Formats: sequence, C-alpha cells, structure tokens
Amino acid sequence: MAIYLDFEQKIKQIQEDIISAEVRHDEHAVEILQKDLEKEVTKTYKNLSPFQELQLARHLDRPYALDYINLMMTNKYEIHGDRHFRDDAAILCYLGYIGGERVLVIGEQKGRGTKNKIKRNFGMPHPEGYRKALRAAKMAEKFNLPILMLIDTPGAYPGLGAEERNQSEAIARNLLELSMINTPTVSIVIGEGGSGGALAIGVADKLAMMRYSVFSVISPEGCAAILWNDPKKVEAATKALKVTSSDLKEFDLIDDIIEEPLIGAHRDKEGAANALKEYFLSQVTSLRALSESERMEQRYNRLTSVGAFEEDV
Amino acid sequence: MSILDLFGNANKKTSKSDASAHWVKCKSCQSLMYYKEIEKQQFVCPKCGFHMRIGVNDRINILVDKDSFVEFDAGLKPVDPLRFVDKKSYVKRVEEGIAKTGRNSSVVSGECTINGIGTQLVVFDFAFMGGSLGSVEGEKILRAVTRAMEKRQGVIIVSASGGARMQESTFSLMQMSKTSAALARLAEEGLPYISLLTDPTMGGVSASFATLGDIIIVEPGALIGFAGQRVIEQTIGSALPEGFQRAEFLLEKGSIDMVVNRSEMKNTIADLLGIFLDQEPMTATRRREDSDDSDDDHEEEYKQSKILY
Ligand SMILES: [Zn+2]
Repeated sequence: MAIYLDFEQKIKQIQEDIISAEVRHDEHAVEILQKDLEKEVTKTYKNLSPFQELQLARHLDRPYALDYINLMMTNKYEIHGDRHFRDDAAILCYLGYIGGERVLVIGEQKGRGTKNKIKRNFGMPHPEGYRKALRAAKMAEKFNLPILMLIDTPGAYPGLGAEERNQSEAIARNLLELSMINTPTVSIVIGEGGSGGALAIGVADKLAMMRYSVFSVISPEGCAAILWNDPKKVEAATKALKVTSSDLKEFDLIDDIIEEPLIGAHRDKEGAANALKEYFLSQVTSLRALSESERMEQRYNRLTSVGAFEEDV
Repeated sequence: MSILDLFGNANKKTSKSDASAHWVKCKSCQSLMYYKEIEKQQFVCPKCGFHMRIGVNDRINILVDKDSFVEFDAGLKPVDPLRFVDKKSYVKRVEEGIAKTGRNSSVVSGECTINGIGTQLVVFDFAFMGGSLGSVEGEKILRAVTRAMEKRQGVIIVSASGGARMQESTFSLMQMSKTSAALARLAEEGLPYISLLTDPTMGGVSASFATLGDIIIVEPGALIGFAGQRVIEQTIGSALPEGFQRAEFLLEKGSIDMVVNRSEMKNTIADLLGIFLDQEPMTATRRREDSDDSDDDHEEEYKQSKILY
C-alpha cells in the first residue's frame, strides 16, 4: 500500500483513476489521465513549502539506502562489524560493483516496517556504526575503491551506551579520517541529513543531495523545542533552518542536486536509483581525472572554505 | 547583581557599587567566599574543590605566561546568512553577545607562551551564545591551526560550548568537518594538539575538534557529552545514573586521558607540549609521583611473588 501525504491527495486520486482505466483497457482515458498526472505533479512539486519537502524527505515510501544498494549494485557482499563491540545495523557497508566500477557503499538505513525499524534503530547509528564505516573506508582506500556514502538519518543515537562508548569521538574521528582518505569519495543525502550523525559520513570530495532530501544542524523538532520552547513550531523551525536541497545549493554548501523522477523518488525508486548511479559514476570519472594531490587539495579547500563571516581589517 | 547571578559563573563583571557582588557562593557546597579570595584560588572552591565556570580572560591568565598572549583574528564578525529569526533574531542575539562579552564571537584565539613554549591558543567563551560553534569560530580555529603549521607549534583548544550554533544551521554544522580537516593536517605535520574540555562541552563541539586531541584533558566535574542529558532521558525513558557524562565518568570509560585540577593545568600542558615538541619548558615544579607506585604493602607483595616463582 502506497502512502500519500496531505498535499498528494489529488495525485493519489489520479493514480487510482489510471489504475481503474487500465483495468477497463481504456487506453484513451489512461493517456489523458497520465497527462493530468504530469500536470498535477509538476504543479504540486513546484510549490512545495520547506515543511512539505521535509515530509517528502521522511516519506515512508522513499527509497532507503538498501533500496539504492539493491537497485544499483551487482555482485555485492555486505560486510559487518567494527571489530571491537558489535555490528550496528543502522549503517550498511557493501562491497561490489556499480556499473562495472568496483566500489564500497556505506549507507545509513532507517528500516521499513516495525521489525526492521527496531533492528535498524530507526537509522540512528551508535558509535560502533561509525567505526564500522571508517574501518570499511580504510579498506577501500587500501584497494583503491571509490566510496559512495548514502546519508539518511534523523541523527546519531542519543543513549546511555552510545555516550559510554563515546559517540562524540566516533563522529569526530570520521570527520578527521574521511578528510584524508585517499580515494575518490562521494556523499549523497538521500532522505534526512540529521546533524553530526549525517555529517559523520558526509565528508567527501563531492557532497550532493537528492532533490527532496533535507540537511540541517538539528532536527526541526529539536530546534523548535529549544529556540521556540514549543515542539509544535516545527513548520517555523523547518523554514528558518533552510533545510532543503535548493537552499543548500544556493548557499554553496553542497556541490549538486540530483534531480528525482518527476513523480518523486518515493513513487519511482528505479528512476531515483538510476539518477543517483549516473551522478556517482560521472563524479568518479572526473575525480579520477585529477592527480592524487589535486584531488586531496580540492577536498581540503572544499571542507575548509565553508563559512559566512565578515572581517574588519 | 545578586549572589544568584554568580552561581557557577564567578567571572561576571560586577558593579562595584553593589556590595553583594563581592561575594560568591559555591554551587557545590554552598560556602560563601569573597570574590577577591576565590579569584586568587583560580575560582576553585577551597572548601570542596568545585571548579567554577570562568570567563576567557581568567582562563587565559591561568594558562599562559604573563603578558604573552597576543590575540589574532579579532576582526572576524558573524553575519546572518539564513536571516534566522526564532523568538528573537540571530542579529539581535549576536548584538546581545557582543554587549555581554565585548567580543564578536564565542572564540578568542591567539599566540602565547606556556612556560616558555610558543603555542597557538583557542579559548571558547560560554557567555557568548552558549559558546556555540558558528562560522567565525570555525574560521578562527582553522587559522590558529594554519599558523601552528607555519610556525611549527602546538595547538591548544579550550572548549566550553553547548554545540553547533543553530542559527547558522548547516553553515555551523560544517564547521565540524572544517576544523577536523584542519586538525588532520596538523597531525600529518607531527604537531601536537591538546584539547582541554571544560564545563560544559556538548554536541557539535564535542563531536568534532574537542575529542580529537592527542591528549584530552578535562577539568574535575565538567559535563562532557554528545547528547544533552534531557534528550537522553527522553529517549531512554528513565533518569540518568549519578555522575553520567562527568569528567570522572569519561576517564573511567576510557574517553579522555586525564582529569586535571586547575592549579596544575598550566604546568601539565607545558610539560606535555615539551615532550611532544622536544622542548624543555621553564617549569618550576616537576611532576609528582603517582600514588599507586608507593603502596604500603609493596615489600609484602614482592615476597609473595617470590614464593610463586
Ligand atoms: Zn565548595
């Protein structure tokens, strides 16, 4: 069963009409309805509010990391564990191929359905998850595999064990080490880019966002609770935090926006996976064209030039 | 200003005309002390050892050789890239921070000597927007680290921060990766970075440069963590154990190198820099013996071990 948000109700109606027209074999009606659908989708998605984009980014039908992995990778093997404490199912690491290219894919996985959500801890990694990711990244560096990182998390998990095992250090260590990993790296926000827990796999040569994904320093809920003292001010906080892909591109905080299929990644997972795959492969090609020192210098400049300030001399 | 205003923050500028301003009450044992007296004690309670929060000027005075600190990059000022307004505008919050501290940011950075060793020093000011990490703060850290690489010096960052500055959203988030990338280069150069964590160091600051020190030193009792205590309690649905996320807890869990009293801080940092940089610090006192090495039953233990062999 597909899930439709409030502002998608008209789209839902047309899609249902298409299905019944198809059942009737009324090809003429299908054709007209397809055009209606295209118009309606274009109209709806052109005027999305930041809060609606947030809802799309969190849409339960959105492709998760494992969907992309299944759709993009061939001859793939999942690797497990940080070698110290346990395997964190909120972060996936896969070795294999994307379009003939040997790769490592690291992804935050939210989990679909109650059982999987619990298994994946709702996509909120523990320190051992980030440490697994770093271990895998170092292995990729050793064998000269490009790395694709898929960001989709509400944030790193805030819990007793996570603090005891030093969540802060796990994130910080990734920020430091990933800045130096000597192999082409691409990070893509596929859904929710929640704070440090997202950034911990967001340090790369290229950082991009899927069109309907979000990225921010704190969840809009957390921000509303702290700055407005009112958790209900989520919409205002979402707007103020400038979380959308177009906002971040405008601020030059990301390199690219990956366009989703017209109907959205949540209605066309394959189309979304194709767009992401194409982007990744083209980035790897252009990163390979640079010398090692050029690539590392470009990454360092990209990471260290971020900031908005004035200076009196 | 009342005594209440001085709770946990002994360094607030006080109005001379107000008699109560000359008194400070210890947040831990409730003892009342003269401000002048506690200032001589580096704002550590002489009765119970509680380390009060202190401001930037006192912190610098405690750590560096007299008159050796030269500030850099004081002209960096925050802008408001998102035009952020919550109940108050970001612009207004910055203005308030400037009025309160006389500075443009929550970071003061510069060069100094510590027992004669030339060092880049970065100090967070909790009084400026909760010591939050924004673009200016990140840039100051980057420049301090870059200067250290040019001059072959070590870096010390004294953290006191609620985390990344929400009003700069992803700009502030990415200061975490910016500062960490700079420290990666410092490490490549074989130069030391000592991270001093003071009460409190949380969130995006804790999850970036603060936990990346070659040596991580924490003041006694300081609250250090990734997630705020209220958030954790809400997530797990129960109260937190006593001492959770405090300096001593972190030491026990293996997250930090040492808990050091404020009175020993300067010599400790200078000695460590001296070891890393192979320079002899001008230190008056030498390192004391650690108590574990002078156990009373030492001889008895030796006899026992002989029997075993
Ligand atoms: Zn006391």
